[in-house]
Amino acid sequence: MADTATATAGVDHHDDHGHHESFWSKYCFSTDHKIIGFQYLFTGMAMGLIGGFFSYVFRMHLAFPGSSIPFFGVVSPAAYNSLVTNHGTIMIFWVAMPVLIAALGNFLIPLMIGCDDMVFPKINRLSYQIFLISAIVLIASFFVPQGGFGGAWTAYPPLSAESQYNGTPFGAPMWLIAVTLEIVAFLLGGINFVTTVMNARAKGMKLYDIPMVVWMIVIASILFMASVGPLVAGAVMLLFDQTLGTGFFDPAAGGDPVLWQHLFWFFGHPEVYVVLLPAMGVVIEIICTFSRKKLFGYRMILYSSIGLGILSFFVWAHHQFISGVDPRATYLFTTTTLLISIPVAIMLFAMIGTLWGGSIRFTTPMLFALSFIAEFLIGGVTGIWLGSSGTDIYLHDTYFVLAHFHYTFVPIAIIGTFAAIYYWFPKMFGRQLNEFWGKIHFWGTVIPFNGIFLPLFVLGAAGQHRRIAGFTAYPDLYTENFQDLRVFATGSLIVLILFQIPFFINFIVSLKRGKKAGPNPWKANTLEWVAPSPPPHGNFGDNLPEVYRGPYEFSVEGREDDYWPQNLPEASK
Amino acid sequence: MGHKIIATGRSRTGIPTGRLAVWWVVASEIVIFGGLIAVYLLNRFLHGSWAQSAAHTNTFIGGANTFWLLTSSYFVVLAHAAAEKRDAKTARKYLWLTIALGGCFMGFKSYEYATEIAHGYTLFTSNFWSFYYMATGLHGFHVLCGMVIMAIIAEKDIKHEQNWHRVENIGIYWHFVDIVWIFLFPLLYIAK
Repeated sequence: MADTATATAGVDHHDDHGHHESFWSKYCFSTDHKIIGFQYLFTGMAMGLIGGFFSYVFRMHLAFPGSSIPFFGVVSPAAYNSLVTNHGTIMIFWVAMPVLIAALGNFLIPLMIGCDDMVFPKINRLSYQIFLISAIVLIASFFVPQGGFGGAWTAYPPLSAESQYNGTPFGAPMWLIAVTLEIVAFLLGGINFVTTVMNARAKGMKLYDIPMVVWMIVIASILFMASVGPLVAGAVMLLFDQTLGTGFFDPAAGGDPVLWQHLFWFFGHPEVYVVLLPAMGVVIEIICTFSRKKLFGYRMILYSSIGLGILSFFVWAHHQFISGVDPRATYLFTTTTLLISIPVAIMLFAMIGTLWGGSIRFTTPMLFALSFIAEFLIGGVTGIWLGSSGTDIYLHDTYFVLAHFHYTFVPIAIIGTFAAIYYWFPKMFGRQLNEFWGKIHFWGTVIPFNGIFLPLFVLGAAGQHRRIAGFTAYPDLYTENFQDLRVFATGSLIVLILFQIPFFINFIVSLKRGKKAGPNPWKANTLEWVAPSPPPHGNFGDNLPEVYRGPYEFSVEGREDDYWPQNLPEASK
Repeated sequence: MGHKIIATGRSRTGIPTGRLAVWWVVASEIVIFGGLIAVYLLNRFLHGSWAQSAAHTNTFIGGANTFWLLTSSYFVVLAHAAAEKRDAKTARKYLWLTIALGGCFMGFKSYEYATEIAHGYTLFTSNFWSFYYMATGLHGFHVLCGMVIMAIIAEKDIKHEQNWHRVENIGIYWHFVDIVWIFLFPLLYIAK
């Protein structure tokens, strides 16, 4: 019934859209899912620059302790704590989440399932506005007296609860409020995503016709919804502890600091998969398109990711092996943690199986997608030492842990994001990014990334602790023979940052001068490539597409084209 | 923006979009209160002092509040039934009765807080009382939000027939808030 109303509604809407829309109402208070996606994307990228700058400052400090850092100055211990805390917070909550889930989810979901917008456009706008406020609160917290929060992004009490320990009486509650607002924004967004995919799919699109990236964003949104509640409850308690002086997490008042760790990691570990799954989805889309082959094991991947989601609720205490958790419990959590590598491995093997025998095209998005598999594998394999409680006791809180989770998060949030941007840029802006500079950017990102974190594995295995501002003050940690590795890691980071300049120039120049992309420059099957590039408000004009087949029908025998868009009726063979 | 979004009207699951979203709101709220209740149970089992503190809560007022909320849930069902029968006037009447009972709940709650504070049981007395004020406060905030939304529906949305389904949606939310209380009441008031 709704679809028959399409024609008239589409016309109406173009009429009132065409003329009187100011820049302000079109780009700042829009309810169009694509504009909101861009808002999330650009806010996330701007926050990424801040988070990247922070990492530059503290890496420089670690390589050249005590010296004055260009563009910053001498790093005091308080500044160091605040920098590492907010680097972690920003990269997880204000870069990975908004770009991978909110930006891609908003831009892709209505286009890929063939409808004109999200089911709740105004709630969508509200979600971004709350997110923007949360970013402003976080940035403002850097400028209050004593500076931004310095109790690590995991905010363990009593360090995070007592201002005499963390030294940031104003920064700490502001940090907590910012994180809570961000959670509210993503709950609103997540409900919108899930409801949209459940209810607003194009005619004919059955559950197994949904593109994998949409599935992944939906599963990630449900995981987020199901895991974040206890952290919200914990955040209210921690805020009471910080500002009013209650003692929920204060042992002196009968409270329990380890309780926070449980509440935090009950969310914190599923959160890893909340950002991992959308990146996996992006990689799957790209690999299918550029190997011109049907996805290997669609249902297996889907079931694995659901199994992964369920299992991710039973692994959280592997972050707490040295927090006084009962050794019998560590045994259980070691088992579940090692089990969870099975679904991830299935998904990676399915990607490799898709590549097998395909006609592979090494475009820039494909290079990023392939490097995701390789780099994430290193992250996953090194996790086995940390998931086993015996080795974790030795490696806990060393640079080994840090290198491990950067080998998971950088492929997710940096490599996965770049793959998505290079792949969907033609759809977003109607023009293509320059391939030559794209490849320069690719190698300039992936090689130095390994240059940063491979040395840190060595440092960590040798027992070097992370989060120590003045490590030169400790004879155990001030190991001159490792200084070259620290300098090498820092140098690699600077190279990586410099190689982002060609990306930004390429991005801006291609917006205006890039090669015009038709509706379907990559010859892909999913519905977003049916809409014009860039899609107008309302996406598909008067005729919303219908779906006749799955999203990955590449190289079907007996067809002239090696791709078969989802919206073409059977007769058009 | 005058135009209508087609996506909002689609219903592949057969469940109207608005109601589906309310269910997801309830799902995410269940986890929030679930976390809170898990924290309470852990503390109750680990710290004997929590049971002693719980003996000082006012079971009579807690019981009366349970009565108000359960009765209000009955009225919100009647409002929904009236809206189904396209009887806006009756629906509006029952919505306001629900709000009135929510008001009774909030009134009793305020009196309860006032007497407890007067007897020296404040937010800072012990962790039990910190938890008590936080959990019941968070629940009370949900009751208040439900009342405000219900008032908007009773006064504004009831005038337009295409918005009558919102009576059912707020009903789902209101039942949820009720059920949270059904968990909080025995935990905080009865289990001494």
